Amino acid sequence: MSRAQPPKRWRPIVVGLLTMAGFLLTFVVPFLFIFLQAVKDRRAANKLDFTWPDSWHLWENIVAVVQTRDYILLLAYFNSIVITVGAVTLLVIFASMVGYVLSRRRSRLNGFVMALVLAGLMIPPAVVPTIWVLQGLTLFKTIHGMILIQVAYGLSFSILLYRAFIAGIPRELDEAALIDGAKPWQIFFRVVLPLLRPVTVTNIVVQSIGIFNDFTNPLYYLPGRENVTVQLTLFNFQSQFSTQYNLLFTNILLITIPPLIVFIFFNRQIVAGMTAGAVKG
Amino acid sequence: MTAPRRKSPYPSWFFVPAAVVYGTLFLLPTVASLWFSLTRWDLFTATYIGLDNFRQFFSEPFLVSSIGKTLIYAGLTSGLKTILGLLLAVLLVSPIIWRGMLRTIVFFPVLVSTVGVGITFTTMMHPTKGIINVLLESLGIDGPGWLTDPSLALFSVVLVDVWKGVGLATVIYMAGLVSISQDYYEASRIDGATRFQQFWRITLPLVWPATVTVVTLSLISGLRFFELIWAMTRGGPGFSSDVVASVIYKQYQAGFYGLATAGNVVLFSLIALLILPLTWWFNTREVEA
Repeated sequence: MSRAQPPKRWRPIVVGLLTMAGFLLTFVVPFLFIFLQAVKDRRAANKLDFTWPDSWHLWENIVAVVQTRDYILLLAYFNSIVITVGAVTLLVIFASMVGYVLSRRRSRLNGFVMALVLAGLMIPPAVVPTIWVLQGLTLFKTIHGMILIQVAYGLSFSILLYRAFIAGIPRELDEAALIDGAKPWQIFFRVVLPLLRPVTVTNIVVQSIGIFNDFTNPLYYLPGRENVTVQLTLFNFQSQFSTQYNLLFTNILLITIPPLIVFIFFNRQIVAGMTAGAVKG
Repeated sequence: MTAPRRKSPYPSWFFVPAAVVYGTLFLLPTVASLWFSLTRWDLFTATYIGLDNFRQFFSEPFLVSSIGKTLIYAGLTSGLKTILGLLLAVLLVSPIIWRGMLRTIVFFPVLVSTVGVGITFTTMMHPTKGIINVLLESLGIDGPGWLTDPSLALFSVVLVDVWKGVGLATVIYMAGLVSISQDYYEASRIDGATRFQQFWRITLPLVWPATVTVVTLSLISGLRFFELIWAMTRGGPGFSSDVVASVIYKQYQAGFYGLATAGNVVLFSLIALLILPLTWWFNTREVEA
């Protein structure tokens, strides 16, 4: 036993160091590469090598990227933020209402609703028929159409999060409000919804990141220059900047910053949301 | 029906806003796709042509092979994320230094733009100038054309997908691992169990719910996956890394709306055929455990 003691005390340090070395190589180097490319000038960046820059051009590159194609990146940021905020607001309200009734009321409808919720997680959206529906409603190529699409695709995940959380809130609260003569919508919006703050924060953060990073759905449902979103600028710049890697990577850097900030502040809520269901199954 | 239906504090109309959006923009197109997949269609007029779209899908070699590649892609990404996620999670719940920072590092790629990651790795995988091959060369290894070699391109994209997604599998497994009571490990240690036996007989069965979540999630997203393939290879070189989702986009771009929708129905059937039996099997296993 005593012989095993010394190596055991060192183990946490040795294993930690080795893991860190491996993680630096696999996970940190790509991000460092983005940064290094973004601070170089055109000639140095086009070598694509992993070297420290001779001179710093980050600000120059940022200005150049922002000015490209008549400030299209600013328009893209504006569109992406409008879509994200709009969709997440509706998601929180709609999904919490469904999760509340699903969790509180026992009825034959619940099985049917749950089947639809799970179908939403599983079934890939039928793209062209969706465009056909959007056109019929004159929502194709519009920002509000895009918002409603993101709501439709995000509902299932949010409903499941809310349903699980509401199950842990005592029913006596709604019953007390009911006895006081409150109407159902008053009970929900004034009494229950404020209690759902932790899961609402998780919902907001996880869905915002997903919608902000979404590329496929704007590609299909939101074509047109004036409708560009941040992920699509990257895609468009990929061909335009094929010989200007410094600008391409400055753009990547600018797009990676918002999730990074959200991550710094809401790390715990993100992990909570994404691991929900892992324990109970 | 319960008696005082009108007075229920949990009224059905709470479902309505969600149901309207979900029904119009998700369910209706899904149901409509079953009809439109049987037509020649230009978004305005649809002509019924029976199963011709499916016949075409299953007779064109590059369309049929996309199904196989989708299965390979989904199977490999899901398998690798599950195995690596579990191993990393075991490592990151054990008492090592810098644990918090290591957890942060492995999870961050999950949150960044997929297209950004795709472009970054495409650059790093450049056959001659890319830093991966430059590094290999300095070790005396002749690096392959990661994305230019048709037999390798799909697997290179798989690696990047695993790089980006393994953090999610890891945090799901960590949540599962910390919920296992330490008593089991102590009892087994008294009985003289080895580390390996503890992992095999205690950890693995008790993280089963996490395994179910990781496998199901990664399999569904792998089957539907499009963004990374599109950002890195656009299905190329040739059609060598085309999956069903990228084929659908290409047919849509070419204006073959009926064929693209048939591709959607194929993808939907593929997911249903794999996930439903898998879920059923997972559930029966859980009862035994």
